[in-house]
Amino acid sequence: MKQRSIFLLSCLLFGYAFFYIPIVSMIFFSFNKSRLATVWGGFSTEWYWRLFSNDQVIAAALLSLKIALISATLATILGTMAGMALARFRRFGGRTLFSGLVSAPLIMPEVITGLSMLLLFVYMEQLIGWPNGRGVTTVTIAHTTFSMSYVAVVVRSRLVSMDQSLEEAAMDLGSKPLQVLFDITLPLIAPAMVSGWLLAFTLSLDDVVITNFTNGPGTTTLPIYIWGKIKLGVTPDINALGTIIVAVVAIGVTIAGILMFRAERRRERDIQQAIAANK
Amino acid sequence: MAGIAASDGVPSARVSEEVPVGRGFRQWLDRKAWRDTIIATPFIWLLIFFLLPFLIIFAISLGQAAIAQPPVEFAAEWPFGSLDNYRLIASDSLYVGGYLNSLIYATISTIFCLLIGYPMALAIARSRGPTRNLLLLLVILPFWTSFLLRVYAWMGLLSNNSWFNQGLTWIYNHTLNFGPPLNAIPMMNTDFAVILGITYSYLPFMVLPLYATLERLDLTLNEAAMDLGSRPFEVFRDITLPLSIPGIIAGSMLVFIPATGELVIPSLMGRADSPMIGRVINDEFSLNRDWPVASAIAVALLLLLVVPIMIYNHYQSRADVT
Repeated sequence: MKQRSIFLLSCLLFGYAFFYIPIVSMIFFSFNKSRLATVWGGFSTEWYWRLFSNDQVIAAALLSLKIALISATLATILGTMAGMALARFRRFGGRTLFSGLVSAPLIMPEVITGLSMLLLFVYMEQLIGWPNGRGVTTVTIAHTTFSMSYVAVVVRSRLVSMDQSLEEAAMDLGSKPLQVLFDITLPLIAPAMVSGWLLAFTLSLDDVVITNFTNGPGTTTLPIYIWGKIKLGVTPDINALGTIIVAVVAIGVTIAGILMFRAERRRERDIQQAIAANK
Repeated sequence: MAGIAASDGVPSARVSEEVPVGRGFRQWLDRKAWRDTIIATPFIWLLIFFLLPFLIIFAISLGQAAIAQPPVEFAAEWPFGSLDNYRLIASDSLYVGGYLNSLIYATISTIFCLLIGYPMALAIARSRGPTRNLLLLLVILPFWTSFLLRVYAWMGLLSNNSWFNQGLTWIYNHTLNFGPPLNAIPMMNTDFAVILGITYSYLPFMVLPLYATLERLDLTLNEAAMDLGSRPFEVFRDITLPLSIPGIIAGSMLVFIPATGELVIPSLMGRADSPMIGRVINDEFSLNRDWPVASAIAVALLLLLVVPIMIYNHYQSRADVT
């Protein structure tokens, strides 16, 4: 048993080293004075100051945030509906097609999704005059479409694991379906909706390929900007930009994790207290 | 709408005939409308923005490139399109080579992900309490961090004058190298770089489903086998491994399918002379402006992936049931 633990432990160490050495190296070299991105030339925060005074980067970051906020919100609404439909309604016309359409964007190669959506937008514009050119709208629609699937999966698994008797009890006590939805179901799946929203938000912030197909000439999101720059090679200001993004994500994920963990514990405590009070 | 809601609504329709109009509408809203809305809104969205694009891409793959806006034309009479683009793909070594490269790179990367990811998932599943949460968080964290930046971070390490490359070169020069010493090991823009990049980027997709499967396994089985005299490796081979096959398949498909169509990693780290098929689609579309051929390549790629996608769905739905 002991031998195997050592084997597993070293695999674990190797795996995490594999995950984190490149990221740590990037963070380290973002404080590099040298213009050569991977040769140490002394400590400096120069690249961060250059980044903050670069209007293109700031504009791209703001555009990315805007698209991510809108598409994550739309994706959460649509994905929650899809997850509920799949978890609660056993039979409806086209259920097989629907469930296929919901799960397909999860594994579809992005090149195919991006190309096909671009063609849709081109032909829609030709037929009905909308969307007028490609830009923020088309990118937002594309992001909503692929990220709603992730929300649907999260919400659906929450609903499947959830006790349906609460909803049934409310129905038996005379609540209308709409009341049950707003008073019971939605509050219970709220944590899943929050994590779904966060997932959709980061997926949108991160997307290169689908954005690259569906954006117009003026729509440069942050990943598109980075993509354009790193095609030409490794540069120190991208190290700095990467460090900022990694830091923001790490802090955000940690805070979200702690908050959700606490909410979950509070919920469990409430349930236990309710059970204890009823005895 | 009527088709979608066909299976329910019989009782509410009967009720609404007997009650006044106002209440009937309210009841219809309570019983049926919300249910229809919940199903129909995402359904219609996906039909327009996900299914329709695939029908369009299929239709365009049957057309011909033309100097027009959009640059596609169809024959004037029945059957309007032809399979010429597919014949071209099947006969031209550029396209066939692209598919082969994609399949080979994706397969090798999937195997590496499995070899690295399985012991990690097992170790996480066997750990307890806060340690397990921390280990899981450390796997999920890179998954939330920008994909592009993680690829970029490896580009930094692999480049000729980086500490990583120089360190490996030093080790190589002092151990295995019997020829003249190298200045640097050429690692960027090689097949090795692409496989490394894919393995690195998709590793969390392998670890997480494997962890989900391994975590559910009943450890009393292992104890029983140990009591009956099995050695740890035999327990693993006879119990843990067979029981984790659904996780292995789900994780492998989750890596293999998107890796086959990967565009970013081969464009940044790969060789230009042996592109993966994702890059071929992109070049055909944006450089050559041959939309029909690009569409046909995409449709053929999708057909190639139908079998893995079906395997994935099968194991995914089985995992959902349990």
